[in-house]
Amino acid sequence: MLTPESLKRIDREIAKYPPDQKQSAVMAALAIAQEERGWLSNEAIEFVAGYLGMAPIAAYEVATFYGMYDLKPVGKYKVSVCTNLPCMLTGGVDAGEYLKKKLGIGYNETTPDGLITLKESECMGACGDAPVMIVNNRRMCSWMNPEEIDKLLAELK
Amino acid sequence: MAILGAINPMLTVGLDGDRAWRLADYLTRGGYRALRRVLEGKMPQGEVINEVKKSVLRGRGGAGFPTGLKWSFMPRSFPGDKYVVCNSDEGEPGTFKDRDILRFNPHSVIEGMIIAGYAMGAGRGYNYIHGEIWEIYERFEEALDEARAAGFLGTNILGSGFDFDLFAHHGYGAYICGEETALLESIEGKKGQPRFKPPFPASFGLYGKPTTINNTETFASIPYIINLGGEAYLEAGKPNNGGTKLFSVSGHVNRPGNYEIPLGTPFATLLEMAGGMRGGRKLKGCIPGGSSAPVVPAAMMMDCTMDYDSISKAGSMLGSGAVIVMDETTCMVKALERLSYFYYEESCGQCTPCREGTNWLYKVVHRIENGKGRPDDLDLLASVTTNIMGRTICALGDAASMPVQSFIKHFRDEFAYHIENRKCLVPVDVQRAGSGFFTATV
Ligand SMILES: Cc1cc2nc3c(=O)[nH]c(=O)nc-3n(C[C@H](O)[C@H](O)[C@H](O)COP(=O)(O)O)c2cc1C
Ligand code: SF4
Ligand code: FES
Repeated sequence: MLTPESLKRIDREIAKYPPDQKQSAVMAALAIAQEERGWLSNEAIEFVAGYLGMAPIAAYEVATFYGMYDLKPVGKYKVSVCTNLPCMLTGGVDAGEYLKKKLGIGYNETTPDGLITLKESECMGACGDAPVMIVNNRRMCSWMNPEEIDKLLAELK
Repeated sequence: MAILGAINPMLTVGLDGDRAWRLADYLTRGGYRALRRVLEGKMPQGEVINEVKKSVLRGRGGAGFPTGLKWSFMPRSFPGDKYVVCNSDEGEPGTFKDRDILRFNPHSVIEGMIIAGYAMGAGRGYNYIHGEIWEIYERFEEALDEARAAGFLGTNILGSGFDFDLFAHHGYGAYICGEETALLESIEGKKGQPRFKPPFPASFGLYGKPTTINNTETFASIPYIINLGGEAYLEAGKPNNGGTKLFSVSGHVNRPGNYEIPLGTPFATLLEMAGGMRGGRKLKGCIPGGSSAPVVPAAMMMDCTMDYDSISKAGSMLGSGAVIVMDETTCMVKALERLSYFYYEESCGQCTPCREGTNWLYKVVHRIENGKGRPDDLDLLASVTTNIMGRTICALGDAASMPVQSFIKHFRDEFAYHIENRKCLVPVDVQRAGSGFFTATV
């Protein structure tokens, strides 16, 4: 189900924990699976559970508990905007509204061409750089004024 | 560089340049000298803990608990595995200091954790890193590789016979995992739901073994304490508030960012370092310790010094050192609404008072903000908070309640105006101008 590269990365995670605690690698393994496949299907979650020797339901519980896992397909790019108070004071909410208008979608929606999914997020621990957003859970973008947002959107093709 | 200023700094000295985080750079700054002193000088474990006690280093993660005392709770003669765990799950709104410590000075955290492991007889450590700061997580893993290759991690460190290894674990978007027992559950590969206490982690922690959890900045301070000596570290701050601390200043200031200052520095000085109020507007209120800390009105805040005792006298908490600055363009109802939504979203749902109570708090503040408030809503909010506080497994319930109580206490007129007139006291276009999004960014 996953590529040999992904499995190698998961093995590296497993090695971080005591031999009888493979389940500790489940968060990393799910993140790796999502990175490879774009989102976490039930099959992907079950595969990870099997690989780590844990009950599928236990892996499913983890996948549903943590906000950065996507249990439904998302666009090619997922853009998460922080709108929590410290960011709001420096334009976090406005940045979200600006994106909505530009993309013609609301939060938790995907553009009709399947390119971009927009998400509202909680504090990313980067409030000094507000407005901030994260692309595909990996790339943090700081000081996102209208100009910077335009640049980012032009880049996400 | 987001560390924008400092007075008599320790943690942030010499961090200019792209390579400050590298081992070679850390070594030229005197890095791993404290570890050498402890291991090569065969410093007894108790003496290390004593030095930390003397420093009166108080935990930088939020509660301000004395670190040396916490370390002394670890059982000395426990036969099996013991763990030290670093809490880098920085998710408390307003807080972004641990990210910069890990970004520019990761080896100070690694060195602090090795010394902690030695002092408490733990052979293994984990650093739990907020999932949102992925580049920092990857960098930390690289720093670990450097430390391992140089013989600071692994077996027989510096020929001392002491073995210690350290690994990074990432979160994936759950604020509650910052709570220390939820964090342990999360490392174990489970939902991040806080545990009942007691037993405390020092007796039943990670995988059921004795465990000590400290914040990133707490561990990062350890090498400086060993190098300077506990007393000198204490004197760098003020009595009962040892050392310097990083403050994350966000909101309506000209230069949001991190500032390292001695504990006891006046708030006015910090505000000035952060470039003063944006657009020269007036301070309205400040949340001095992260979103869970009670808000303090402007006049009281201007009289505070930045340390645990002074902020607590003002009725709030120094918390994580996240200073959220709000000027007169802020609608206090809207501000509280956003915070209440956050706690409602992030409640793990285990305890009924928290799960139901945070839902109520958000619903009621939301309807006030949206012009549908009812005359007795402020009393209702007060009674919901008293039904949450002290009745939950972890402190999130209190954290959700304290903003509600303090916002209403200090800005009651504004809430009452909202309910009566069904609109903001601060006009919406004024609020929008305050954020600066559509004008030049500062
Ligand atoms: C809901 C909640 C969230 C927390 N988030 C964090 C956090 O992000 N980082 C942190 O260091 N401590 C956090 N804490 C505090 C930890 O439980 C713990 O007290 C701290 O990590 C201990 O380290 P210290 O003594 O060095 O401060 C949180 C507590 C609660 C109740
Ligand atoms: S207080 Fe809230 S967050 Fe904490 S354990 Fe209870 S339900 Fe979960
Ligand atoms: S509030 Fe947006 S990153 Fe902290």
